[in-house]
Amino acid sequence: MRIPCPFCGPRSVSEFTYEGDATVVRPPLDADPDTWFAAVYERTNPRGSHQEIWHHIQGCRSFLRVSRDTATHAIQGAAMIAPEGADE
Amino acid sequence: MRYSLGSIIANAVSGQRLWPMAWRKAAPKPSYDAIIVGGGGHGLATAYYLAKEHGLTNIAVVEKGWLGGGNVGRNTTIIRSNYMLPDNTRFYEWSLKLWENLSRELNFNAMVSQRGVINLAHTPAQLDAYARRGNAMRLAGVDAELLDRDEVARRVPGLDVSDQARFPILGGICQPRGGTVRHDAVAWGYARAADRLGVDIIENCEVTGFVYDGERVAGVDTTRGRIEAPKVGVAVAGSTSQVMRLAGFERLPIESHVLQAFVSEGLKPFLDTVVTFGAGHLYISQSDKGGLVFGGDIDGYNSYAQRGNLPIVEDVASSAVAMFPSLARIRLLRSWGGIMDMSMDGSPIIDRTPKPGLYLNAGWCYGGFKATPGSGWCFAHTIARDEPHPLNAAFSLDRFRTGALLDERGAGATPRLH
Repeated sequence: MRIPCPFCGPRSVSEFTYEGDATVVRPPLDADPDTWFAAVYERTNPRGSHQEIWHHIQGCRSFLRVSRDTATHAIQGAAMIAPEGADE
Repeated sequence: MRYSLGSIIANAVSGQRLWPMAWRKAAPKPSYDAIIVGGGGHGLATAYYLAKEHGLTNIAVVEKGWLGGGNVGRNTTIIRSNYMLPDNTRFYEWSLKLWENLSRELNFNAMVSQRGVINLAHTPAQLDAYARRGNAMRLAGVDAELLDRDEVARRVPGLDVSDQARFPILGGICQPRGGTVRHDAVAWGYARAADRLGVDIIENCEVTGFVYDGERVAGVDTTRGRIEAPKVGVAVAGSTSQVMRLAGFERLPIESHVLQAFVSEGLKPFLDTVVTFGAGHLYISQSDKGGLVFGGDIDGYNSYAQRGNLPIVEDVASSAVAMFPSLARIRLLRSWGGIMDMSMDGSPIIDRTPKPGLYLNAGWCYGGFKATPGSGWCFAHTIARDEPHPLNAAFSLDRFRTGALLDERGAGATPRLH
């Protein structure tokens, strides 16, 4: 599996660390317990296209949003995750 | 036919033509008293114990593929009960006790081999932690022995116990009653025993939807038509999220990850116990055919692919060679992947669901094989009585919401770390 890093080009998966489901949004600190429960513990866990965060830890160290198929491991694309508040 | 010395002799003198099919090729009836979705080890064990312990014989197991094609045939066949948290210890010890009598109970040789499971320690802190876990196990009535380095070297002759090892070994902990089981025989043995009690085992029958009568479950739609039942139990391991989505559960505390396993070319007797590496993550044993069976970490990302990637192959192989330098030139015969239903705290779920009549057995991470008898026994109780047995009461679906987690490893809500 090779991930197309927008800065480094296609690189082996062994250079990256998986950081999980990118659709999970951390709620505000004063959100109700149910919202926190859903964000911390519940996952849609799809078979097919999955949005996920990968950290190019042994490369440019960018955090990437990768679109990958969990049934085939085919990667549709990768983009840098913009700083909070900025447009992606 | 009951398997016995007599049946062997009768077949020997008649050209092996008298053996009947081990289980019937059942076609689905319109309705049953209960349906188990998933014909893996856990599903088949559940059906068997429902019939044997609870007298519920008008039941069906529906399996989308063939028996033994999923995780029950994709694991590294290890059984043990060396846990520390009391709820886990009690459950896995009950499972180990069921293993100890399984072949006799099922009249099927599952080749249960209690050859011991040794966990290696490489630091004083790790040895202290093993002593603590061993004491917790012994307080719960489970066997455990702390080993020093000389004793480890005596029991496992091929290990590199020198100071020059990449991670020098200080000692270890052994559970002598742990060991291995022939995994295919577990599926076949439970299938045959359940079939003999009247259970319909329906292969090549995929569930495509759930039927509800209001909130209450009323059956399933399958590729072989609708089957009605007032109780449906789901035990589908890595496909849990997929199947439960059909039942109306969009999100669960589970992620599906791929775990690879490996077997080497056959060797003469080399290793007569199960050894796990404490500095990395590796577990290795030798099968009765001579191949070394081993595995390590999950690949670490969501996957339904039943195959992994090469970096983990390299990682696992290098751990094996760090432990046993003499394995450096052994060739790999096969490798394969299974899909693990990784739960958010590393412990399983055996419980009712918010939908009356629908029951869930999931979240086994990569510890499901050793749990097969205990899981089926507890799930059968939960389905038959509509309430959990004390042995599985802690494996509740809502523990993530209430905070009563069973985090054996203390890794937090990160499935890839369990």
